[in-house]
Amino acid sequence: MDFNDSPEEAAFRDEARAWLAAHAPAHEIPPGAKMSDTEEAARGRAWIRELYEGGWSGLTFARELGGRGASGIEAVIFAEEEGRYHLPKGPFVSIGTGMALPVIARHGTEDQKARFVEPTLKGEITWCQLFSEPAAGSDLAGLRTKAVRADDGSGDWIVNGQKVWSSWAHLTDWGILVVRTDPTVPKHKGLTFFLVDMKTPGIETRPIRQISGASEFNETFLTDVRIPDANRLGAEGEGWACCMTVLMGERLGSGAHRSGIATLLDYAAATPDGHGGTMLDDGAVRQQLAEALAEEQGERFFQARLRTMVSKGENPGALAGMVKLAYASRYQRTSGLALELRGLAGIAGEAGDSATGDVQYDYIYSTVMRIAGGADEVLRNQIAERVLAMPGEVRMDKDVPFEKLTG
Amino acid sequence: MNFDLSDEQKMLGEQARALLADLSPFDRLRQLIDSNADWDEPLWRALAEMGFLGAAIPEEHGGLGLGALDLGVIMEALGAANAAVPFMSSIILGAEAIRLAGSDAQKAAWLPRLASGEAVATFAYAEGPGPVFATGTKLEGGKLSGSKFPVADAGVADIAVVLVAGSDLALVDLDQPGVRRTKLDSFDQLRPHYRLDFDAATADPMPGRGKLDQLIDQAAVQAAFEAAGAAEACLFMARDYALERQIFGRSLAGFQAIKHKLADVAVATELARSNAYFGGWAAQSSPDDLPAAAAAARLSGIKCFEMAARENLQVHGGIGYTFEANCHFYYRRERMLAVHLGNRGFWASRLLAAQPGRQGQVA
Repeated sequence: MDFNDSPEEAAFRDEARAWLAAHAPAHEIPPGAKMSDTEEAARGRAWIRELYEGGWSGLTFARELGGRGASGIEAVIFAEEEGRYHLPKGPFVSIGTGMALPVIARHGTEDQKARFVEPTLKGEITWCQLFSEPAAGSDLAGLRTKAVRADDGSGDWIVNGQKVWSSWAHLTDWGILVVRTDPTVPKHKGLTFFLVDMKTPGIETRPIRQISGASEFNETFLTDVRIPDANRLGAEGEGWACCMTVLMGERLGSGAHRSGIATLLDYAAATPDGHGGTMLDDGAVRQQLAEALAEEQGERFFQARLRTMVSKGENPGALAGMVKLAYASRYQRTSGLALELRGLAGIAGEAGDSATGDVQYDYIYSTVMRIAGGADEVLRNQIAERVLAMPGEVRMDKDVPFEKLTG
Repeated sequence: MNFDLSDEQKMLGEQARALLADLSPFDRLRQLIDSNADWDEPLWRALAEMGFLGAAIPEEHGGLGLGALDLGVIMEALGAANAAVPFMSSIILGAEAIRLAGSDAQKAAWLPRLASGEAVATFAYAEGPGPVFATGTKLEGGKLSGSKFPVADAGVADIAVVLVAGSDLALVDLDQPGVRRTKLDSFDQLRPHYRLDFDAATADPMPGRGKLDQLIDQAAVQAAFEAAGAAEACLFMARDYALERQIFGRSLAGFQAIKHKLADVAVATELARSNAYFGGWAAQSSPDDLPAAAAAARLSGIKCFEMAARENLQVHGGIGYTFEANCHFYYRRERMLAVHLGNRGFWASRLLAAQPGRQGQVA
């Protein structure tokens, strides 16, 4: 066991660090800087382009696809080094490289790989995800957006329905879309996966006003949207397998967030306790923050174990969901605690109190973390069933054709 | 980075588990409790024969010279089996204290005998209710006076490493007129604790000073391995019982109330194990990281075993309250492990004090 870089890894880190030092500062967005979504997305594209020209875009993708052919550990090292800068790296980047490209690389035709992989790695194509629907979230396979063949003999598909929670759909170029193409078979079997140009007539995105005050998520309405058959990914009825490829990427990625207990220690230390000390002297606060810190470290080292498994060619499977499950609840608990330890000023900070603003945002955003990319309850089921080999849930809709389901 | 145990370490863990499955089944634990035994002596002899007792003792003193991670996989197996042996007292604390702080003569006299199992050591630190690392015991002119209690495994120990005034350590032969041992009513019936009264007992000061922090940090890492092993045993026991138990026309294990509870235990156990791995690596290879790593491992170890011991009994329902079921061994052991080496509050302070920029700030 060695937690440190091997000599090869250290050399890779040095190379990444030197390149970033020369290229990243020009692309940085200072924390707290205000800019429009459009501006941020444009800055994001420019950074991807820079990465591509430097040979750092699509690190783990094969060289013949335009990537670097790097190992998973090297991708982690690069992400650590890149994380030292405040770069424009929103979902418009990660959905492309973390979701769209893996599914295209695995299920796509040679033509599709040629059309999409390299342009995405260059920042010429950005992506959104069109999966969830108002009535299909954790039970994604219950989705209702449907596609039928056009009756003009073109082989095109005509799509109608509604998608929701599609991050940045209003500013991205293409979407990964899963729809129902056969309602006569059980729900998982009648799905088909498409790549859809977001400029196609009939696609309308509307921002959702979120509880955070921001609107990065959208609802997307699809009305008689025509998709050429050449943009179908995988065979008809293979949509569920494609979704699984995407969601595995989402889960491995979701655990990578940090809520920064160290920041909360500073926050407590900057809050008076009324007895001449700070809230970091308060026994209850100390206990809770220390327990959270122990969890945060455990998550970090568990990630390291999972990465080691991946680097040895083992599949962590449902173990990957454990980090996200632990992280999301802790994030909510500790940001809630931080607001509490601040006293009433945690509820209404003064204009310059950006630390309180951050904590408030974290407490609001933590609700998303417990739902997106596998809700807590879904992850617990998966861990119980796939790690502990406990029985699956009772499924009332098993083996029933989708069109016969009630509700 | 290669953050996994080596094949040799995994094999060592398997050997330990196999030995314990063979020699320390639950019926054996019941028999030990019924006979009011101080320990499972045949098991101790078998552990010695396999070389486990001397695993981390230097080769020059009769051990195998392995490291913290090797000890860790043995501790994990001992925790899983809820074994009735003084491994923590004699090896993790006693032998390691002598290795860290003992004189050459003390090392030469005791380490080979501890490695072979011929002698047993314990570590006497508490002095009644309150913080466990107490220093009210006085060592003057080679004579020790005061009381230490509770002291684990003092019924079978030949020597004690005693924490005395000034946070110094002294080596005391327990078979002498100035030492009185009184058996206490121990919550963990498989790890009897004693009161030790010293009345001008002959004691041999240990020359290495300032080693207490390293000693207990290393022990905290090992305790986390033990806790993770025990928690996993509880998790599997609860899972297996639920799978077998039929209720309302189906398996108890199919209910989300049970599945979700055990999934949470599984997550807590993996986080603790991950912290223990890092702590073991830090103890061996990165001493600067040890204080924070040990405290995090200790806190997450306490948490996972607490959840696992409680929910294991709960999943069993009424049968879990019987002596014939096996939940109670862990339920009692858990509380003992949660308070030995310092409780949660103690380790929370150490973890915060070990954060960058907060060195030494203990409230």
